[in-house]
Amino acid sequence: MQSSPGLPRTKSPSRANLSGWLYVTPLIAVLVPFFVAPILVVLAASFFQTDGFGGLTPGFTLSNYIEVLHSALTLKLYLATIKFTFFTWLFTLVIGFFVAYFLVFHVRNQLLAIGLFLVCTVPFWTSNIIRMISWIPLLGKEGLINAGLMSAHVINQPLEVLLFSDLAVVIAYVHQLTIFMIVPIFNAMARIDKRVIEAAVDAGASRFDIMRHIVVPMSKSGIALGTIFVVSIVMGDFFVVKVMSGGGSASVVSAFYEDVGVLQYPTAAASAVLLTLVLVAIVALILRTVDIRQEIAR
Amino acid sequence: MKIERGDIELAGVCKSFDGVTNVVDGVNLKIEDGAYCCFIGPSGCGKTTILRMIAGHEDPSAGEIVIGGQNVVGLPPVERRTAMMFQSYALFPHLTVRDNIAFALRVRGMSKTERLKAADAMIEKVRLTKFADRLPSHLSGGQQQRVALARAAITGPKVLLLDEPLSALDEQLRVQMRQELRRMQRELGITFIHVTHTQLEAIALADLVVVMDNGRIKQAGPAREVYAQPLDRYVAEFMGGQNVLSGRVEKVNGATFTLVQPVQGAGIEVPLQARKISVGDSVDIAVRRDDVELMRPDAQLPPGRAAALSARVLAIEYQGAFVKVMLDAIPDDEFVAYVPEKTFFSDPLNVGDVVLATWVADRARALA
Repeated sequence: MQSSPGLPRTKSPSRANLSGWLYVTPLIAVLVPFFVAPILVVLAASFFQTDGFGGLTPGFTLSNYIEVLHSALTLKLYLATIKFTFFTWLFTLVIGFFVAYFLVFHVRNQLLAIGLFLVCTVPFWTSNIIRMISWIPLLGKEGLINAGLMSAHVINQPLEVLLFSDLAVVIAYVHQLTIFMIVPIFNAMARIDKRVIEAAVDAGASRFDIMRHIVVPMSKSGIALGTIFVVSIVMGDFFVVKVMSGGGSASVVSAFYEDVGVLQYPTAAASAVLLTLVLVAIVALILRTVDIRQEIAR
Repeated sequence: MKIERGDIELAGVCKSFDGVTNVVDGVNLKIEDGAYCCFIGPSGCGKTTILRMIAGHEDPSAGEIVIGGQNVVGLPPVERRTAMMFQSYALFPHLTVRDNIAFALRVRGMSKTERLKAADAMIEKVRLTKFADRLPSHLSGGQQQRVALARAAITGPKVLLLDEPLSALDEQLRVQMRQELRRMQRELGITFIHVTHTQLEAIALADLVVVMDNGRIKQAGPAREVYAQPLDRYVAEFMGGQNVLSGRVEKVNGATFTLVQPVQGAGIEVPLQARKISVGDSVDIAVRRDDVELMRPDAQLPPGRAAALSARVLAIEYQGAFVKVMLDAIPDDEFVAYVPEKTFFSDPLNVGDVVLATWVADRARALA
């Protein structure tokens, strides 16, 4: 090549443009067929009519949306989903924050910190289904917890609330998703200059002051990213709710999964579009509260 | 007991991180209240560790640290009445200049209006009023340094500890901020302890210069004393401005002794200065570079000269006020003359010229 790559001035604008497109081609090649196209299909289907047996009639009707929005069930489902999401978020945040805090600020040995960090990923060495099934011997009626409490005479009857309940759903989610909080918060905390902490100690700050005034504000980007992960995963999931509640609870996604099962594709599509909009709104809200780009650039 | 004075005494202070080697090895030092003290030494000599031990960020393995008459070992930084200015400042990146400076008051539970008032007064003192609402990343290096200084000074400490405060600045700003540090120190009237590895910085600022090597104090004293009368070869070479020559004592005659060097035939006469020196001893001597005069080989030597080392000019550097002439007078070691500009240009030398390097006899000093 004649022109040096370090001098973009020598390139014509159209060529620079072309190379710019080339850089993003791999991303486009993945995103368009696997993300944009399916969403467009779902969006289109949400306006179609159905014959009730899985056949779709192309057209444009808002009746699917009207049906979804008018149903009292929709509100109930959203409330249930938001409840799961909120508690899961709360517990993963608290646990994730303190695990990351411990790893970053209390484990002096960096090798040990990385080792412990890897231990956090151990639950992911097995499949999601096995992880959930393995709760049964622990939480079940004759499970370890009930048996232990019974033999210690704390309770006379096994606690039914432990398994196949909303509590069990939240436990399973927290178990599954805490790592998604730990990773971004750990990352944000690890970038805090240790001398900044020392400067706070020097100014007379207590451990609690340091956490409140220094560590939490400086981990904001990690907390926001973790929140986005957890919220979008919980709101988009139905499997954990189905298994851990024993069919007793439902979420938005499990409801339209049922719709798909009875061939009500347009209503399912309308629900899916609605959920996507809600999620986009939530993520936008999070990003408005924390300017992640600025926090990361700092 | 509350600490009200900023005088510091280090007694037998040692620090070891691994239990085997002492990073700080038995340091004894007295620093007066309101003094400007500079610790100077190469990196890894233990000067920053001493600073951190005085600040309370590190505990000594042995020895006592006394501030204002009270042993402070084990006390947290706040109770020592010290404040530290960290290397590269360690400002809180998410807080504005005002909040950075008010931070120490905030964690002490001062009300918002009161602490912001105090912070604004301090901001004015360091001339940052215009920048009070900016984040540290939007400030220049010099401005950040002033924020760091204000943040440290806001609690009214008796001792301010500065860890390489000027190393992040460029040359011009460094000289300017040096003045500012000195001005602040006079204004606050408290003890400053400043760690640096720049000789010029230390002698320009300090009342007390402490030269360190390998965890030990090599020499501590007023700037002029350390620069002009170094105790040993290490201090002479580290502080600069000296030529160090070694040789063997040939004879001792009353108030002087004569040193012979392996290569230079003629002996060098050196004042004894109450030193116990006997014939045959191996001795280092120092001669200030600006005391060395250069003469043409055929010139008449004025009386009272200690020696006339014959040498070839290796290099010449123009420095403005003087000219630095490097000579090969001693093997394997630098020998430099600082010739005043006017003197040099009245008879300019060239590289390769042979000259006689000479000095007034009583200017040479025997080193320990």
